[in-house]
Amino acid sequence: MTSDSDSNDELPYGSLIDLKIEDRVYRGVLMPSHRFSQEDILTLKLDNGYNIGLKKSDDMEITVLEEPKDIHREEDKPKKEEGLPKISILATGGTIASYVDYHTGAVHPAQSAEEMIYANPELADRCVPEVDVLLSKLSEDIKPQEWEMIAERVVEEFRSGSEGVIIAHGTDTMGYTSAALSFLLEDLPGPVVLVGSQRSSDRPSSDAHLNLLAAVEMAKSDVSGVYVVMHQDLNDRRCSVHLGTKVRKMHTSKRDAFRSINCEPVGWIDPLKEKVELKELPDRKDTEPKIRGGIVKDVAMIYVHPGMDEKVILQTSGSKGVVLIGTGLGHIPTDLISSVEKITDDGTPVVITSQCLYGTVNCNVYSSGRKLKEAGVISGRDMLPETALVKLMWTLSREEDTRAIMEKNIAGEFSERRWV
Amino acid sequence: MSEHDYEELGLKVGLEIHQQLDTEKLFCRCPSMMVEGSDDEILRYLRPTASEMGEIDRAALMEAQKGMRFRYQRPKEATCLVEMDEEPPEGPDEEAIELVLKLALMTGSSIVDEVHFMRKIVIDGSNTTGFQRTALVATDGEITLDGKDIGISTICLEEDAARKVEAKGKEKVYRLDRLGIPLIELATDPDIRSPEQAKEVAQYIGGLLRATRKVKRGIGTIREDVNISIAQGARVEIKGVQDLKMLPSYVEMEVERQLALLGIKEILDKRGSEVSKDIHNLSDIFEGCNSKLVASSLEQGKGVYGIKLIGFQGTLRGEEGEALLGPELSAYAKTAGVGGIFHSDELPAYGISAEECDAVKAEMEVDELDSFVLVVDKEEKAVGALENVMERAEMAFDGVPEETRNALEDGSTVFLRPLSGGARMYPETDIPPYIVSKDMLDDMELPETLGEKVERFHEEYGLNKQQSTQLFRKGYDILFEDLVEEGVDPSVATNTFLHTFNELSREGYDTDKLSDEQLEDVLMRVENGEFAKEGIPKVLTLAIEGKSIEDALEELGLGSVDEDEVRRAIKDIIEERKDFVEQRGMGAMGPLMGVVMKEFRGKVDGKEISRILREEIQNRCG
Repeated sequence: MTSDSDSNDELPYGSLIDLKIEDRVYRGVLMPSHRFSQEDILTLKLDNGYNIGLKKSDDMEITVLEEPKDIHREEDKPKKEEGLPKISILATGGTIASYVDYHTGAVHPAQSAEEMIYANPELADRCVPEVDVLLSKLSEDIKPQEWEMIAERVVEEFRSGSEGVIIAHGTDTMGYTSAALSFLLEDLPGPVVLVGSQRSSDRPSSDAHLNLLAAVEMAKSDVSGVYVVMHQDLNDRRCSVHLGTKVRKMHTSKRDAFRSINCEPVGWIDPLKEKVELKELPDRKDTEPKIRGGIVKDVAMIYVHPGMDEKVILQTSGSKGVVLIGTGLGHIPTDLISSVEKITDDGTPVVITSQCLYGTVNCNVYSSGRKLKEAGVISGRDMLPETALVKLMWTLSREEDTRAIMEKNIAGEFSERRWV
Repeated sequence: MSEHDYEELGLKVGLEIHQQLDTEKLFCRCPSMMVEGSDDEILRYLRPTASEMGEIDRAALMEAQKGMRFRYQRPKEATCLVEMDEEPPEGPDEEAIELVLKLALMTGSSIVDEVHFMRKIVIDGSNTTGFQRTALVATDGEITLDGKDIGISTICLEEDAARKVEAKGKEKVYRLDRLGIPLIELATDPDIRSPEQAKEVAQYIGGLLRATRKVKRGIGTIREDVNISIAQGARVEIKGVQDLKMLPSYVEMEVERQLALLGIKEILDKRGSEVSKDIHNLSDIFEGCNSKLVASSLEQGKGVYGIKLIGFQGTLRGEEGEALLGPELSAYAKTAGVGGIFHSDELPAYGISAEECDAVKAEMEVDELDSFVLVVDKEEKAVGALENVMERAEMAFDGVPEETRNALEDGSTVFLRPLSGGARMYPETDIPPYIVSKDMLDDMELPETLGEKVERFHEEYGLNKQQSTQLFRKGYDILFEDLVEEGVDPSVATNTFLHTFNELSREGYDTDKLSDEQLEDVLMRVENGEFAKEGIPKVLTLAIEGKSIEDALEELGLGSVDEDEVRRAIKDIIEERKDFVEQRGMGAMGPLMGVVMKEFRGKVDGKEISRILREEIQNRCG
């Protein structure tokens, strides 16, 4: 794979050159610049493997010794074992579905199924992987319409005989997508498993591999529903299984960033020992999966804070719905309540959730809560703010009474009892 | 060991010196310190990733074959999420960068315009990430030592690895305190031509590093890798030499090893030797074997497997028991996870009888000039191990293989892995390149050169060139100055570091065991008149043996003699010899001095005794 991009001096990357600066000669392969390099720097890979940056100058002489070599990658085509279950793996991007660019060392989203399988050939020992790249996006760039597209593909995969569907996803917004799929998919015959990786797959210590193997085990299990599978703790030992509507990324970088909020994980997987331990979950069934409803993206989410101006609330008036992330039990500054009332009076649904994340919203305890309730605000109970946002987007696509659906437990987004 | 003409053998030695810096860690703001114990442990696996060039490195693959599991201890005082690979690294420590640039300037090296940190794949578990972060900062320097130029090919700044606590079976335990401590790695060209010169160059470079006054001191803070080759041999890298004084031994023994392998190549060529590809199951022969290892293995359902090496007799172990190919084959077998091998040059032994050996020979048709190798384990593992043995045996036809070997404490080495190629690195994309500005280099204050130091030591402390140079090479020039500033007599300090230390070493005492604090304590006590300088060697001997200075002094009865006691003893001596004293007057000073010194040598300063004696003789004679 030679690079078709050229350096700004028209010398193609990968050329072996002698670079003469004054009386000193550096021999090395011309590499693309580091993304934070200065503009006037040439990056050279020396024979000892090191890259160095050298300043371009007029009296520098370059002699090309060799044209770029083709870099071939040894790709063992995974052999397909008979009798193993067919599992679909849909890549959407992110660290888990990324591969190393061998020219720059940078990590890019996988562009093809081969690139996806390349790093994890062991998948083929556990299932017949049907890999497809749906998107090559960092998860912060995934849009609500794409949740619908992913859901449609999941339905197709089950219809074409897959026993489970794995969605490799960037971790930043994996919780949003898992919530969206939880609401959008109905009558799932088997499990839909979202999986990601916190530590990049270009490092031998990446969590991608263990997470992916655990996701395969989950996808083969006897349950149905939408789940997220990620490292349980900092050990490469077990992964936790989280319900798609109750899971949140709680750390910027640690591999155990994903946590079930207001409930325990619904299962644990030791992929190396192929042990799967699940709580009581819906069984696999012989049903025809389908999409229910859609996504109305025009919903605003407001993080309430002391001294917040009423403008922030009022500017949502064009939205189809609003999620407030209030303080404590679900409060906002008293002087903002009248603004909220203006929104609700227009018929726009407003849902209140809590910045505490842990615990439930309760509008009956303090006067500010009672006033919000009187203003027609819907309690998000112990739903995560992000889940509430996704649920409201989904609910708005349906004909029924928004409040009634928002208050109904559709996909396990409410814990009826909380004991953690 | 025979004396060699190293020049004739074409000996070429290059050093790679790794020196810990006394700064914060390189990529996080943890302190650089070693910690006892640990708060917590985490379990990890590592998988090789393809390098930037698209190939999985053969050394990396070999390690991965071992299927190792790693447990990391993480003491809170000295580690954070960065060491655990749970958080991206922060930018490199400024002070460390400054130090490496200083060293580059001190050695006349060319400094790059942008420093790019790389990931060097290391999956033996010593780095939680599976790679070591390292950057090439300068190239093409030179030092001159005794009139000879030694090229400095590269100077790098890198992070130290975690330290190994223990290894058992498939599991290795590391502590993360050391991980991330900045290291300067300085590599010389292969310009060194003798074992002794290897030590001298290492000492000299150590002196340059210490002159920055920001490097760590003590055991394990400076480590050397040594590249050695002889004309017909091959480049062999010996890793992890911690004791500079041992450098000549490693070079000498590696030369011996390469010569032996070349000798073996000749024998094999002459005999037309070959490696048989058949692996035999010999388990039946060993039923009822007296070797506990063999018997218990068979009980566990393992087997005895063997191969024949045609024409290899006498090449595995020499007639005087010297290790030849045997340990090399064994090391290759071990990479497949077996405990080791048995071979015909050492059998019968270890409970394996002559009859069993004969049966093995009969079964595999092993002739007089042939050898056999046995491995005891489960079939799959044993076969893997024997295939590795065959691979290494084949390499014997080419003489010396290029490889990396581990330094053992006795000066010998053991095979670690094939020499790794240059394809083990790709860019560390989490760390932006560091821009080296010309202004920064121009403003940098460099420590004085050795020449300047010699001159200054002469002027300020009256040391001659040889004394100053010796202090520098032995690594005591900095401590010397610090102590003299504290008030220690320069000649006492010089004498201790050069003369006394030499004597102690000759007597087998390791003076490296003395800490700077201990040395300061001893010399300051002498300076304060607590005991005389003649007592220094004995105090240091006990300190090396592990005693505190306080206990050493007490055991030697030093530092407890006060003036009254000396005066009383001197009065007694004069009284006993009163006729002599009265007759000779001050002329009795000389003879009596000897008598008094016999009693107080090392306990009281000679000058002090001389003063009291003079006073007492004057008293006596009026």
